Amino acid sequence: MTVLAVVLVSIILALPNVFGETAALQMSRKDRAAFTSDSFGQFEQLLQREGIPYEDLFTDADGRLWIRFEDVEQQIEARDVIAREYEGQFAIATTFASRAPRWLTGLGLKPMSLGLDLRGGIYLVYEVDVEGAVTQLTQVLERDLRKVLRDARIPYDEVAAAGPQVRVVVKDPAKVGAAIAAIKDFDAALAVREGSEEGRIVAELTAEQIRQRQDFAIQQNITALNNRVNALGVAEPVIQRQGLNRIAVQLPGIQDAAEVVRILGKVATLEFRLVDQVNSPLEAQRTGRAPLGSRLYKDRQGSPVLLKREVIATGEQLIDATSTLSQGEPAVDVVLDGRGGEEMLRTTRENLGKPMAVVFIEKERELVERDGRKVVVDRSSEDVISVATIRGVFSNRFQITGLTASEGQELARLLRAGALAAPLYIVEQRLIGPSLGRDNIERGFKALAIGMIITFVFMVIYYRVFGIVADVILVTNVVLITALLSLFGAALTLPGIAGIVLTVGMAVDANILIYERIREEVRNGNSPWAAINGGFEHALSAIIDANVTTLIAAVMLFAFGTGPIRGFAVVLFLGILTSLFTALMGSRALIQLIYGRRRRIDRLAI
Amino acid sequence: MEIFKKVTHIRFMEQRRIWYVFSAFIILGSIVLVAVRGLNFGIDFTGGIVIEASYSGAADLDATRGALEDAGFGSVQVQRFGTAADVLVRLPPAEGKAAIDQTERATAAIRAVDPAVEIRRTEAIGPQVGRELAEKGATALLMTLLFIGLYVVMRFQWKFSVGATLAALHDPFVVVGFFALTQMTFDLAVLSAILAVIGYSLNDTVVVFDRVRERLLSMRKAAPIEVMNTAINETLSRTLMTSGTTAIVVVSLLVLGGEALSGFATALLVGIVIGTYSSIYVAGAAALDLGLSQRDLMPPEKKQEVDALP
Repeated sequence: MTVLAVVLVSIILALPNVFGETAALQMSRKDRAAFTSDSFGQFEQLLQREGIPYEDLFTDADGRLWIRFEDVEQQIEARDVIAREYEGQFAIATTFASRAPRWLTGLGLKPMSLGLDLRGGIYLVYEVDVEGAVTQLTQVLERDLRKVLRDARIPYDEVAAAGPQVRVVVKDPAKVGAAIAAIKDFDAALAVREGSEEGRIVAELTAEQIRQRQDFAIQQNITALNNRVNALGVAEPVIQRQGLNRIAVQLPGIQDAAEVVRILGKVATLEFRLVDQVNSPLEAQRTGRAPLGSRLYKDRQGSPVLLKREVIATGEQLIDATSTLSQGEPAVDVVLDGRGGEEMLRTTRENLGKPMAVVFIEKERELVERDGRKVVVDRSSEDVISVATIRGVFSNRFQITGLTASEGQELARLLRAGALAAPLYIVEQRLIGPSLGRDNIERGFKALAIGMIITFVFMVIYYRVFGIVADVILVTNVVLITALLSLFGAALTLPGIAGIVLTVGMAVDANILIYERIREEVRNGNSPWAAINGGFEHALSAIIDANVTTLIAAVMLFAFGTGPIRGFAVVLFLGILTSLFTALMGSRALIQLIYGRRRRIDRLAI
Repeated sequence: MEIFKKVTHIRFMEQRRIWYVFSAFIILGSIVLVAVRGLNFGIDFTGGIVIEASYSGAADLDATRGALEDAGFGSVQVQRFGTAADVLVRLPPAEGKAAIDQTERATAAIRAVDPAVEIRRTEAIGPQVGRELAEKGATALLMTLLFIGLYVVMRFQWKFSVGATLAALHDPFVVVGFFALTQMTFDLAVLSAILAVIGYSLNDTVVVFDRVRERLLSMRKAAPIEVMNTAINETLSRTLMTSGTTAIVVVSLLVLGGEALSGFATALLVGIVIGTYSSIYVAGAAALDLGLSQRDLMPPEKKQEVDALP
């Protein structure tokens, strides 16, 4: 019964894979708001007017709009039409969508996703220069310490950053104690000690500070890459940290590597500005002219905001931003460097109770098609991401409150993305063309099908009725693997297909072990039922031992492998588990089904 | 149908000396081949740039090479790949941004030869990444051997484990030797095939050992060499069947899977053949020569454990 239940569930889970995929467009609104079913009408009309047939139109859980087409030509045509009609309003990605009927997708069932080697696309690995990130921090510290010493009226000969340290030489050796006290007062977390020579002080970042800065540098770059990938309009991008200092980016369906690298290489920054409370932003929006001394911005909802021209601090002066709880309320902790803090102190002292805004600036490069030609359009996007009232006088450390928890996280994310970026460079780049992807799928599945058919025939000839049982088991096995891969949302890669092929070969093994045992028992003169029972029983320890060894190899492959190799490891691992299950439980259930009704069996067809 | 109507009685173990010599010969041969010819490492391990291009007609290798040399690339490898229209270009590694620029320049040079050319794949891997992948691969290899060895020690008596581990070491050596001999590209996929081969070879060995363990207990009076022969003969038809079916699917991968899987499938095929051999002649023979006997399994608790299982 359990066997039957598992198999039935697996068939349903694997079902979406049967319908295949077809070309589709995936659209998201630039303001990140969700599409509702109200907007269906406008696209339906547009496509009808242009005479482009489509298969389906729907929204997904993330509020993106999908339009499915019969072939790629219609998809491309529709993309151009929509891009022309609604220029700049949506990010449109060409992708593939499952043809599975709504009642299946409605259950949250999805087909296996395909790896880059099967669908084409770009794979990039960036390395974050974490040492450079630390150097940036000590350079900021160097500037800050100069100011600290000046403010404490301690004359110095030298303040210089070197690696994770800042070395200070004070003019008067008698003032070393005072200088150390001043530095400690500025930042208590620093390790400050007297140098080997007279008048020398060494301020060093602690291991914890270095680790924090490195983590920050990587997180910041991941955030920035995420933002820019969204602008690229790629469906299902994957951006993840890899190891200590790398970031892997997967962009399915994209082909122009140079363009991707240029767009992903863009730099974001921030500006802290005071809000212009005198003039009306709506008026400025209507006339299209900002009053003297002010500039017109938009917030993320698209409403106009007027900000003063003077910049208080920029992203380069932002050291850290984290979302926290302050007295139970969500808040964002912001840390600026000394220069930024000084300016902030002056501004807040003079503008208590007035609102201050943060502008997020990113230069985007977009490829727009005009009259059939591709044109590169440079767009600098400037969004007001926060407006908050100055509630006290502060310098380099302050808090932004009055947000919901998710707003707080989003603000901290954007603030970090706009902070001084650690240098990033590409260490690995793979591009797979769409035709190669198609070939890989075709060849992989052909090899799988032919290999399986030959095995099937072979097993039936060799083990007769039991061979048929083994074949049913093999098919079940492939269904189970497909179901598990679909369930986990694991991507199928070419090595993954090879893994399925290999699993088919190995899954037979457990059956062979059992059948050979049954034959032996028959030869030893046992009755058919005793032979079947004996066969299963005696083969068990060999089956377990044999599979555990391969399981270990699969785990090691997963632990140390990267990219497609992991796909192979996952399939191998799942395949061993499913083949154990099917051979031990499924096979027995089937044999019982075939022979169980007969009270007496004279001989086994094996 | 059955391969052997009755259980065979091949005197495997009596000939083991001959096969020791054979094993020693192919392992030494592999080591010499790797030392002398070296492995043709893929860019996964060395870093570098690979471009796969498909021309509209038959590819002109000399024209492609010439175009790349004119574009300032010194040591270029241009070879046919799969069909007559496909070429594979390999360039030495470059660091950081330069790698991307070089890929761009090289593809431009290839396009200049034939504007209709289709760039099917480009890969640029920094030398640092290559070194790391090689390190990780070696670690994975060692860890696999270590953990499988540990498992066998846990489940079997130590003489078995030594035999099994020897066989597990034997097989990757031969596969690597084969790649040194043929100078086929040795990349990540081949390495993962070798890991799978280790698992597979152990799988074969363990099945034989399982039977040896069982027979040692049921044939208490027999000499160990008899027990070993009986066990190998009794499992022979299973060994050949399993190797056979696995070989069928791997051959199907090799023939139909295309260039992308050919290295992987070749490594598996060589590994399956050698793994089948080694589980009989290396693992079993080694355990026997270590003086395996019935005494090693006293008290016979293992037998009960097998019977107690559902």
